[in-house]
Amino acid sequence: MEIEKLTALEIREGIIRGDFSCEELVKKLYKRIKVVDKDINAYLTLCEERALEDARKVDEKVKNKKILGKLAGVPIAIKDNICTDEIKTTCASKMLEDFIPPYNASVIKKLKEEDAIIIGKTNMDEFSMGGSTENSAFKITKNPHDLERVPGGSSGGSAAAVASGIAVLSLGSDTGGSIRQPAAFCGVIGLKPTYGLVSRFGLVSFASSLDQIGPITKSVKDCALCLDVVAGYDPKDNTSSKSQETISYLEGIDAGVRGMKIVLPEELLSQDINVEIKNAIEESAKKFKELGAEVEYIPLSVFNRGLSSYYIISSAEASSNLGRYDGIRYGYRTKEFKDVYELMVKSRSEAFGEEVKRRIMFGTLVLSSSYYEDYYKKALKFRENLSREFKKVFEGYDLILSPVTLDFPSKIGEKKSNLLEMNFGDVYTSNVNLAGLPAISIPCGKSTNGLPIGIQIIGDHFSERKILRAAEAFLGGAKV
Amino acid sequence: MKYETIVGLEIHAELKTKTKIFCSCSTKFGSRPNENTCPVCLGLPGTLPVVNEEVINLAVKAGIALKCKINQISKMDRKNYFYPDLPKAYQISQFNLPICKDGYIEINSKEKIKKVRLNRIHIEEDAGKLIHSENEAYSLIDYNRAGIPLIEIVTEPDLRSAEEAVAFLKALKEILEYCDISDCKMEEGSLRCDVNISLREKGSSKLNTKVEIKNLNSFKELQRAIEQEEERQRKLYALGEGHKIIQETRRFDSSKGETVSMRTKEDINDYRYFKEPDLLPILIRNEIIEKAKESIPELPNEKRERFKNLYKLNQKEIEIIVGDRSLAKYYEELVNKGVNAKIASNWLLSDISRLINENKLTIDKFPVRPDRMSKLLKFVESGKINNSAAKEVLEEMVNKLSDENPEEIIKKRGLIQENSVEKIKPIVEKVLKENEKVVEEYKNGKKQVKGFLVGMIIKATEKKANPRVINEILDEILM
Repeated sequence: MEIEKLTALEIREGIIRGDFSCEELVKKLYKRIKVVDKDINAYLTLCEERALEDARKVDEKVKNKKILGKLAGVPIAIKDNICTDEIKTTCASKMLEDFIPPYNASVIKKLKEEDAIIIGKTNMDEFSMGGSTENSAFKITKNPHDLERVPGGSSGGSAAAVASGIAVLSLGSDTGGSIRQPAAFCGVIGLKPTYGLVSRFGLVSFASSLDQIGPITKSVKDCALCLDVVAGYDPKDNTSSKSQETISYLEGIDAGVRGMKIVLPEELLSQDINVEIKNAIEESAKKFKELGAEVEYIPLSVFNRGLSSYYIISSAEASSNLGRYDGIRYGYRTKEFKDVYELMVKSRSEAFGEEVKRRIMFGTLVLSSSYYEDYYKKALKFRENLSREFKKVFEGYDLILSPVTLDFPSKIGEKKSNLLEMNFGDVYTSNVNLAGLPAISIPCGKSTNGLPIGIQIIGDHFSERKILRAAEAFLGGAKV
Repeated sequence: MKYETIVGLEIHAELKTKTKIFCSCSTKFGSRPNENTCPVCLGLPGTLPVVNEEVINLAVKAGIALKCKINQISKMDRKNYFYPDLPKAYQISQFNLPICKDGYIEINSKEKIKKVRLNRIHIEEDAGKLIHSENEAYSLIDYNRAGIPLIEIVTEPDLRSAEEAVAFLKALKEILEYCDISDCKMEEGSLRCDVNISLREKGSSKLNTKVEIKNLNSFKELQRAIEQEEERQRKLYALGEGHKIIQETRRFDSSKGETVSMRTKEDINDYRYFKEPDLLPILIRNEIIEKAKESIPELPNEKRERFKNLYKLNQKEIEIIVGDRSLAKYYEELVNKGVNAKIASNWLLSDISRLINENKLTIDKFPVRPDRMSKLLKFVESGKINNSAAKEVLEEMVNKLSDENPEEIIKKRGLIQENSVEKIKPIVEKVLKENEKVVEEYKNGKKQVKGFLVGMIIKATEKKANPRVINEILDEILM
């Protein structure tokens, strides 16, 4: 058994067939983690004892011929901003360094109900703010394809874990590209579902109107399988959608793209984009044509203008969402203070990282009464407009293709000093969050020096089925 | 110069729900500190609010009872500020799209009916409570109150005096209590009042700088705070120092009997309101409005009018009986069971009220319910027992807390009233003989001694004789 090569579907089948026991598998995985993760630094917390306990429960079920869950025995890594009962959930922040939630996020509950095995919690940019996982307060995660480079972010640990075969699949969260960009950088598959498809209960909020949890996997089918488990209405999340499909996302996933109408916004390729990525995208477009889809270039001027609205809205919401970390009830508390206000100010100043502070300040500014009209209100207007434009496109077309990133992952430390360039990386992904649309990032080639390139497939609200079908057709069922 | 006082009120009322506004924690008052808390109302990372539908229902009900328009699409907003009693560092409230707007309440002012307009009613969550310990370097926080649902009711600046403000708050409290929207216990903080107050020259239509006085938690405090602030501002204007009245928040120091500054406009928070992204807009279907309308009982003013016309009660009786919904309910049950309206109100306002006070009860806890009480009062009405016997029976029913019917007690104690002239007359004659001196005094014109004689005769009949018959016999003999 080469665990690093197995997909979730293969593991479930292998366990049922008796090829290997779940305990054996999990033990093997931890052995591998101890070797591989020394270089990668994908995990912040491992929960080996619990995982082995859960694995033995799965084996017990197999022995007693009980019905096994959809993710039976599948080792899963969880981004460290998704709450896990009695397991530290730090958001890679000094603020929550010792925070142990007394509850599971709804997605964790669902994974456990389907017999998945939680392996550990993965590194990320602090509170999901960043695109390189360099903003973690604890660790620098490396890109498995080039240890000198970043894995992307903010779900960098989750993507690197899957890419290096130390998790079979993982959950990330995506506010402006935080699943898709690291998936592209690490050469794996990452899906950001439609806003409202997956419950946010238990996901530590960055920007509530943009955040979504989604899977990072080695195959499109694993992605569909994981979505089957985590998607669905949750009464604990008022923004979760009631009108959802009940049949499996695996159903019809092999139907191909014949007859699908796919477009590329013209503006994408005229942008300041790495030429190797540009070529790979154009090649991919041709491939979709060969697979039977109609492919067209159309003008969609709002597509690459969403970045400032994204930063205004996400920072505004973040400034409010992160207010609760005041050192009063839980989390980091400064050692010395003379009154309660100093306690709050010092705790926040000492425990938040630079990027988090920058966004809190920016968000506070754009919501303040003197700037609200000029920034926040305008951003909301743009957001409405963007949604309208996307809607128009989807009246005539099934899917939109685009790059995921402008460039390849930077060298560790290289871009940290260039904030503008760093944040500009979200240009192709954040607009999708603003419009609440689903989008997947799948590998579509490699650079001459071996770095993976990702392509993004965007669909209309709740068109995950179509997206997965196109992705599966493109990759020809291959695992990455 | 003549000045006119301009007052507007902001009232916070806790809604009478079993659970909190965004989680299923209990709203029970007086629980152990932090007993009624959970990850949601403590604002733990990753938790999300879900609106308690009962809050919407009660807010709509309040809107209808207070003659408001209901906004069928409204939304929740975040009001951001840092304070240790606020777990999320924002309060979920409503900013520019409140659930109700444009209502009014009618109050009595100087013998006239005055309409006080309401600007809006919105829903929001309460914060926790800081407990400062005097001798310690720390404070404690109780989050039981965090997440208790509130409505904030904001008036237009239509009130012109402390008396009007008090009359308004009383009328509002009565309506909220009548409709079961809030239990309005000011001493427990479930009804709290902030005042905005400014002065202007009489006849002027411009509004001067207003001052806010926070947290007035009794009618008396409200009255005194307005009077004191009125006086403070009047003096400043009289001295030509009107500019010293600045937009600020003050509080009423009841021990000093004056208002003191808490913070000025410069310290006022920029609350950075924005739409609460964790909650969808609130859509209020017609059925909810219809249901709320049906659930509204007769309102106090309607009841006053009806009691005046139907039961011919006087103003004072109406104020007391209608002023307390439970009392009014008890009263009507008595009348509906056939008790004479006047007898019912006399007993309710005298003996029943006295027994309630003596035993530290409320009318709801009064052990003699209307069914038994009506039986007793019917004995009185029909003349089968007299008032003093009835009092005795009532006291026994209250003190013994038994379920015994008045009939049984009357029988047991032999209290059936004696109405027969033949039987009473010999006793009257006997008593007169024994009190010849008094009879003499009476005949000499000291008419007031008659009461004494009647009392002696009643006593001699073991309280059974009908006082009316005694009086008739006495009159006949003493003529």
